Amino acid sequence: MLKDITIGQYFPGDTIIHKLDPRIKIIIIMMFIVSLFFITSFSPYLLILAFILFTIKLSGVPFKYILKGIKPLILIITITFVINIFMTKGEVLFPLGPLNITKEGLYRATFMALRLIFLITGTSLLTLTTSPISLTDGIEKLLSPLKKVGIPAHELAMMMTIALRFIPTLLEETDKIMKAQMARGADFESGNIIRRAKNLVPLLVPLFINAFRRADELAIAMEARCYRGGENRTRLNELTLNKQDVLAVSLMTVFFGFIISTRYI
Amino acid sequence: MIIKLENLNYIYNPNTPFKKIALDNVNLDIDEGDFIGLIGHTGSGKSTLVQHLNGLIKPTSGRVIVDGIDISAEDSNLREVRQKVGLVFQYPEHQLFEENIYKDIAFGPKNLGLDDDEVELRVKKAMESVGLNFIELKDRSPFELSGGQKRRVAIAGVLAMQPKVLVLDEPTAGLDPRGRDDILGGIKRLYKEEGITIILVSHSMEDIARLVNKIVAMHNGKIAMKGEAREVFKQPEKLEELGLGIPQITSFMKKYKMKGNPINDVVLTVEEAKEELINYLRRKGNA
Repeated sequence: MLKDITIGQYFPGDTIIHKLDPRIKIIIIMMFIVSLFFITSFSPYLLILAFILFTIKLSGVPFKYILKGIKPLILIITITFVINIFMTKGEVLFPLGPLNITKEGLYRATFMALRLIFLITGTSLLTLTTSPISLTDGIEKLLSPLKKVGIPAHELAMMMTIALRFIPTLLEETDKIMKAQMARGADFESGNIIRRAKNLVPLLVPLFINAFRRADELAIAMEARCYRGGENRTRLNELTLNKQDVLAVSLMTVFFGFIISTRYI
Repeated sequence: MIIKLENLNYIYNPNTPFKKIALDNVNLDIDEGDFIGLIGHTGSGKSTLVQHLNGLIKPTSGRVIVDGIDISAEDSNLREVRQKVGLVFQYPEHQLFEENIYKDIAFGPKNLGLDDDEVELRVKKAMESVGLNFIELKDRSPFELSGGQKRRVAIAGVLAMQPKVLVLDEPTAGLDPRGRDDILGGIKRLYKEEGITIILVSHSMEDIARLVNKIVAMHNGKIAMKGEAREVFKQPEKLEELGLGIPQITSFMKKYKMKGNPINDVVLTVEEAKEELINYLRRKGNA
């Protein structure tokens, strides 16, 4: 069950997309997100769809994998869809008691749902094709100009690295504790919502205790290796931009610039 | 026969690049009253196998039949299976969660829907079988105990379910010699006095040799060897191929025999070796 979560998971590969500089990928995704929010009609969505499909094709990530990433968020997408469909005023298509499905509502709901789906697939493409370490390296590099105004870029990146690093560990541990309690007759799957919440206690208490223990151990291990933050720290693999990176970011700037401009023409 | 595994296969993450075959056509019969040592190097599929025994994971294909219940069937009563087969995970102390030891051990029996008197009786008995003092410890927090004691509380939590089959996944990992002896002694007593079926997963050939009567050795998700402990330890070359070994004392006796001393070299424990050596020296003295 827990293993189905693919958000944030890395899909190893050796394609052009995988080899792009993480900074470039982050910038492109930022432009992608911004342009998504500038879109006001359906036709630019075709361009977005083309961009996503093209990137998926290039990245070699199986399409099924991407769909699996949307699955846990179906509920949110559905809620958005339903709220929009009923809460928008306009020309009534189907009257349903006190609620009406309007033409504008239908339009808006589809529009919002599509926006969410595009957002999720786009961003999960970033994490699927970028290993967590290069991702945080990229973030650190991109944030480093902000060091001058007192934002601790290295520390933030380190926190992210650690958090990402421990997601699989914690999932594994959750799985293990769940099984151990199930072996003692615990039931995590039935009952009403209050019962279920109560039943989670035997899972959450050990999970928290273990997480704190791990944090303690990690801190000691880091200190034992003389870690003391970002100052004067050099790295093993410096990020360097090559021709492909520059080409990719230039092309994408034009592409997303065009999408944004469709709002005004 | 209490547990029967038929053509059991299990694949982790099927249809992804992380696909891993953990169990590959495993067939195994476990009889009531067996004390089985399950050995195999890390990643050989031992833990996956034991999780099938009480339906925590369901086979990708094949069948697991526990006391007449097929766990892979859609409508099988897993709760009943889990009561019959108690599973103690690696580092079981990581699953403790209650405010006092009594409540933690009572978690299992309470989930079985037993009344309070029966629960108390079971908690008492479980604590006794692992050598914990009921009166003294029942109201203490499990988190203030030593590592070995915590582990005994966790094992008691499974024993309180009164399973017919007890599966222990490396119950002594990371304990000091004293803690290890306490736990193994408790397990041995349980086997002798209660007559329950026990499956012990361990990396220590000494512990295995001292306790079990049958051995199952796993390798790459397959059962590589199975049989009486003595028979399995007769084949040190094959065990070494699997990344395993034989008890040090068995290996010592083998070498001693090779030096030209006609002794029985299939001994499993230091006590047996002592006996054999004394006998041998006497025979030699008499001749």
